[in-house]
Formats: sequence, structure tokens, C-alpha cells
Amino acid sequence: MEIVLALGIGIVFGAGIWLVLRPRTFQVLIGLMLMSYAVNLFIFAMGRLAVDRPPLTPAGTAADPTALADPVPQALVLTAIVIGFATTALYLVVMIGARGMAGTDHVDGEEPEE
Amino acid sequence: MTWTEHLVIVPVLLPLLCGAALAPLTQGWHRLKFAVAYASALGLLANAVALAWLADIGWPHGMGVYLAANWAAPFGIALVADRLAAGMLVLTALLALAALHYAQPRWGRIGVHFHPLFQFLLMGINGAFLTHDLFNLFVFFEVMLAASYGLLLHGYNVERLRASLHYIAVNLVASLFFLIGVALIYATTGTLNMADMAGRVGTLSGDDIALLKAGVAILSLAFLVKAAMWPLGFWLPTTYAAACPPVAAMLVLMTKVGAYAILRVWLLAFADGAGPLAHYGYDALLWGGMATIVFGAAGMLATDTAGRLAGYAAIVSSGTLLAVIGYGEPAVVAAGLYYFVASTVAIAAFMLLIELVDRIRTPGAAMLALTAEVYAVEDTPAEPKGRGVPAAMAILALAFAACALTIAGLPPLSGFVAKFGLFHALVNPGPHAAPIGPAGWTLIALVIVSGLAAIVSLMRFGVRTFWTAGIVAPPSLHGAEVLPVGALLLVSVLLTVGAQPVSDYLARASADIHRPGLYVDRVLRTPAVPNPAPAAEAP
Repeated sequence: MEIVLALGIGIVFGAGIWLVLRPRTFQVLIGLMLMSYAVNLFIFAMGRLAVDRPPLTPAGTAADPTALADPVPQALVLTAIVIGFATTALYLVVMIGARGMAGTDHVDGEEPEE
Repeated sequence: MTWTEHLVIVPVLLPLLCGAALAPLTQGWHRLKFAVAYASALGLLANAVALAWLADIGWPHGMGVYLAANWAAPFGIALVADRLAAGMLVLTALLALAALHYAQPRWGRIGVHFHPLFQFLLMGINGAFLTHDLFNLFVFFEVMLAASYGLLLHGYNVERLRASLHYIAVNLVASLFFLIGVALIYATTGTLNMADMAGRVGTLSGDDIALLKAGVAILSLAFLVKAAMWPLGFWLPTTYAAACPPVAAMLVLMTKVGAYAILRVWLLAFADGAGPLAHYGYDALLWGGMATIVFGAAGMLATDTAGRLAGYAAIVSSGTLLAVIGYGEPAVVAAGLYYFVASTVAIAAFMLLIELVDRIRTPGAAMLALTAEVYAVEDTPAEPKGRGVPAAMAILALAFAACALTIAGLPPLSGFVAKFGLFHALVNPGPHAAPIGPAGWTLIALVIVSGLAAIVSLMRFGVRTFWTAGIVAPPSLHGAEVLPVGALLLVSVLLTVGAQPVSDYLARASADIHRPGLYVDRVLRTPAVPNPAPAAEAP
């Protein structure tokens, strides 16, 4: 499972880097989103991978810390997702504004001279 | 927990509440907005001074710990106000007051959300100074950055949009690196609390060390992008030159937040007692910082616009600070902190001054730069009110000279004291420290050369502006715009006059942060407040 997840994160993050370095704002935005997905998965993986473990003690059972998944990465991922969405949305707004005012979707705000 | 420790949370809560209260107000409430924002900044200043006093004299071990939501340290979020953090809070509040005052006649009236965003920016900066938890640091960084994106776009024109496209993208990617670093640190040490982490770093072995090194290196990338270390600081001059003056003054402080985070994390986690990881990365900081000084100095020589000049000056100051941290001697760090304060105040004053100086060259150009109609502001801000002050030229030229002297580090202002103190500490690091080596001499040489570059470029700018500009009419200045520049320069003068007490305070702060054991003890041993005894129910 580890190797599959690691490869997946690597591919998504790599694709994100490639897109972020592209000259059009929309590609940059998609690249940022891919990178943040990869990072969220990465944070999950850092809490050790396990199958079928609850993050909290089910009601009515005795607490057994060894049977639980680590709840901290889940809390971190939740926060990171919220912040990532918000900032990406903000970038989208700036992008639209730039498209409207500069009349181009190039990341420099102007078309490169040929 | 005494009641005074509740003051530690005020620098986060007060701007949060003020910002939230201001957000729903629409256009036209400018006076009210300004009054609330200004009152909040005054409150922050009073609170920060109180915290500095408490940390210096009032609290045991020189720090107050606030356990958010009453969870004991490694599990909850600990806010720590020590001498250094309290000093930074004072600096933040001073700059905020100056920027707000400057924004009052014009910039605060354009657009709707200047004041709420400004409050959120303050909240993020203050929180980043106070927090003692890595993930919380991320959250406060994001609050600060999100507010700075909005403020950078304030008074929306094409130049600002172009700058923000780069600034936002660079900082979003840096935030992702921040998360990767935090995740790796959590995976290896099993904690996010910085004091707890400092205790555990020394006990790691094998693969964990390599992973932690990778994690911290990636984490530091995020800080270094903010602190503009070469080559990560390429975005800075364009961004700072594009921002409107009060925002640019606060951005100068944000560069220092990155350096502060580095200072905090490094001195806590990689001090002498950290086993195989002791002094990890110090060399990279030292040489990287020096490369940054070279980059900034070359940039200052190469540019001819004032905004970019100030941006490169900020890079030089940031690079000096990073190199000082990497040098790794408490006495040098103490001198570096004084330099940090002095240069931040001077560069912020310069940022505010630039717009006033630009009015000499092309009266009214500042107004053209605004596209107020984008926001369809009804009460279009008029030309700066008030007549052209006859002495306007003299005031501007004097203020410019004072800024230039401080930035270049010439006597008699605080820049000189700062550089002299730095050299003194480098040459005489104290009885137990290693004598100065080639790295120290290189640092001294670079600081001197960067000062020379600053003199050359600032003098060139001054001669072109004040001497040979062929001025038609004296620029019209508004009292509310001149006052904050003067106040910041007064702070600079006071720093010079009171160099002894200020540097003593900073030396104590530096001594504190070089004893990580103190933090670990104090933060981890602070007990949560016990539940109140089940008191007799009200009858």
C-alpha cells in the first residue's frame, strides 16, 4: 500500500509542479490544486497507514490506544484543506481580475514579445 | 495561571474581533472604521508594552505561557510571550499605528475592506510571533498571507495585479512546502509543539534523523521564501514596489516574520544539546544570508526607482539577519536583533516617504495610479487636502536623509549603532565563544560593502530628486501623512539615544532563546487550570 500511495502522491505532485511552471494562469491554478491534493495525501500518510482503524473510540467500548488511527493528521488535513481551498479560490479571483484588466491570461499580465 | 497571562492572547483576539466588526461596514463609514482600527492598534501597542514589561520583570523565567482552551502543553496549543516575542509585538504595533495614520487621509478611503484586512494582517503577524506550535504557526502564516494578498491588491491597478499574480502563486507553493515539512516533522518526532519537539530531536536515531533533516529543510524553504533569502526572494522588489505605501510598510515587517520563525525553530530545535542534529543547517543560513546581502546590494545599485530600492534594502536587512542567525553566537544574535529593529523601522519609514517624494516629480501622478472607479467609490478621495506646505521640500529632504543614513548605517542614527554593535559582537564574541574566523570577516566585509552600495544608490536617488529635479511647485503634503514618517524617524532617534537599554533588553531576549531547556521546562510543565470544584449549586 505504501508504494502505491507514494507513487500516486509523487505523480500528482510532479504533474502539479509542471503545470505551475506553465505560462497561462489557468494551468498554474490547476497545478496548485494538484499540488495541494498531493500534500494533503502526504500529511495523511505521515500518520502511518492502516486499514479499518477508527480515529476515535467507538461509543460503549473501552479505549484501546493501539487500535486507534492517529487523529492528529486528520485534523491537520482538515485545516489544510480549508485553508488551501480558500487561498486557491482567492487566486482564482485575482486571475479573473487580471484577465479582465490586463486582457490576457499570461502569468506576467502581458503577452511575451515574439 | 495569573490573570496577567491572559494578556498573551489579546494580540490575537483584539484585531480578530475588530476586523470582524469592521468587515460588514460598507463604504462611507470611513471615520468610524479608522477610529476602530486605530483604537485597536493603540490597544495592541499598550498591550505589547505591558507584555514586554511583564516578560522582562514581572513573570518568572521571563515568559508567559497561555494554554489555549486549557489543554496542557504537548496536546493543546501553547502561546508563549517571552522577551523577544513581546519586543516584536511592540515593533508590529508601532508600525501598524504609523501605517494606519498614513492611510487615514487617502488610502484607507479607497475600496471597502482596507481596515478589516489590515486588522487580520495584524492578527496573523502577532499570532506568528506568539505561537509555539508548528501547525498553528502555519495557520497564522496563512491568515497573514491571505490578508496581505488582499492588501497588496488594495487600490487595484494593472501593476498591482501583475505583482500579485506572482506573489500569490509563490506564497501558495511555499505554504505547500510548509505543510510537507510539518508533516515530516510530525512523522519523525510525533509532536507539533515546538518545546516538545526540541526535547525529542536529540533522541532520534537512524532513518528518522535523515527524514527530520529533510522535513526541516523543506519547512525552512517556506520561511526563507518569506524572509527573501537568495534565490528565493526574486519576487520581493516587484511586489513591494507595487503595493500602496502603508501596505508596503507592513510588508517590510512580514519579511522579518520569516526570519523570526527561522530564529525560533532553529535555536530551539538545533541548539548544542540536540545530539547528532546540533547546529544543523547553520552553515546554509550563514552563507545563504551572505549571498542574500550580495543580491540585495547589487539590486540596490542596479535599480533607479525608489520602491524597488526600498525592496532591495529590505532584502539586505533580511540577509544580514539570516547570516547572523547562522553565525550561531548569542552575543552576535543580540546585536543582530538590534539591527533587525533599527532597519525595519527605517525601511518602513522610507516606504511611507516614497510616495510623498514622488509627488515632487510629477504632481498628481499618485492620483492617476489609482483606479478608484473600479470600486465605484462614491466619495472619490480628493487631492490631498491642505495647502502646499512651504517647508515641504525641507521636511521631505530631511526625512529622506534620515532614512538614508539609517539604512546605509552611517552615524549618527540607529543604523550606525546597529552595525557597530554587530561588528563588535563579531570581533569579541565573548569569553567562551570561538574567535572570529573567515566567515565572520566575510560577513563584516559584506555588511560594509552593502552599506556602501546603499549610500551610492540612495545618494544618487536623493540628488536626482531633490537637487536636480527642476521642481515646479512644492508638493502638497497632508499633515497626517508627514506625521507617521516623522514618528518612525523619531523612533529611530530614540533607538539611538536609548541604545543601551534597548540592546540590554535584546541581549536578555537573545540569552533566553539560546537556552531551549528553559522553554521546554516552562511550556511543558505549565499545568492546565483545574476544573473548578463542584461548587454548591445556586439554590
